[in-house]
Amino acid sequence: MDEQDVRSLPTAQPAASEDHLEPLLARARTGDFDAFQQIVLRLQPRIYTFARRLAGNDTDAEDVTQQTFLALVEHLNQYRGEAPLLSWLLRIAANEVHRLWRQRRRQRESNPPDDDDSAAPLARPEFIAPWRDDPEQLALQQESRTLIEQALAELPEKYRAAFVLRDIEGFSTEQTAEILGISVPNVKVRLLRARLMLRERLTRYFGDPERRVVPDHDHG
Amino acid sequence: MTCEELLRLINEMVDGELDLTVAECRQFAEHLAQCNPCQVVVDNIRKTIQLYRAGEPFPLPEPLQRRLLEALRRRWQERFGSITVGQADN
Repeated sequence: MDEQDVRSLPTAQPAASEDHLEPLLARARTGDFDAFQQIVLRLQPRIYTFARRLAGNDTDAEDVTQQTFLALVEHLNQYRGEAPLLSWLLRIAANEVHRLWRQRRRQRESNPPDDDDSAAPLARPEFIAPWRDDPEQLALQQESRTLIEQALAELPEKYRAAFVLRDIEGFSTEQTAEILGISVPNVKVRLLRARLMLRERLTRYFGDPERRVVPDHDHG
Repeated sequence: MTCEELLRLINEMVDGELDLTVAECRQFAEHLAQCNPCQVVVDNIRKTIQLYRAGEPFPLPEPLQRRLLEALRRRWQERFGSITVGQADN
């Protein structure tokens, strides 16, 4: 990522889990590598998790994580704390994933991206049932966690990107549109499709079959 | 309002950004109150989002962490010329 890319990143919004980084940043800017390393160690799980969810595989996630922190080395003195550092780095990571996708699309010229999602009909909910457990409980169980991450990784990348940026990381619809280079209405449509696809898949895992709701009218 | 029409408004409802006229709002509320499948679908979607937000970050695989720090150290030396060791205890 070059300097212009970083400067053109959209304005970031606050993000959690980066308390008290400013003293470390100040020391890193004086050339203190230990301080820089402490910042990396603190933020790398969030960046790696984000990259893995967005990219959908370990190899790209590793590459993106490394590129993101290398960009921090390059632009350490330009970062002035206008936006929280984590949020700033998430945007760099998102740009890196997006760059990888663009690169691969160019290599598959016969398969151009379908950028307009508004015309196709929505997938109709098929398996409708209340979940057996709370999301917080499910998120702690290793077996559930594998299913949850697999469901996300198997979404088409354009839907996954909208869901990860908007729903997991909390970027606004406008920020998500800016990062992905698409319109706000298209973000909304992709997000809706992502939510419906994940709902269908996860409800088949976590829904209570004994309380399954079968519509008595044409539902959809 | 049909279930399909309600489905298309689920984003706005889940995000709390519903911007409807009074009449549309009434239709939305009436449909939801009478349609148990739509109620469950809305609840499922809310839980789906909560589920992903509740997850803990993945730990970085140890070999990646080693490679990452090594690559950063090399880039740091290229950029700043040397490794200055401070007292990073935060």
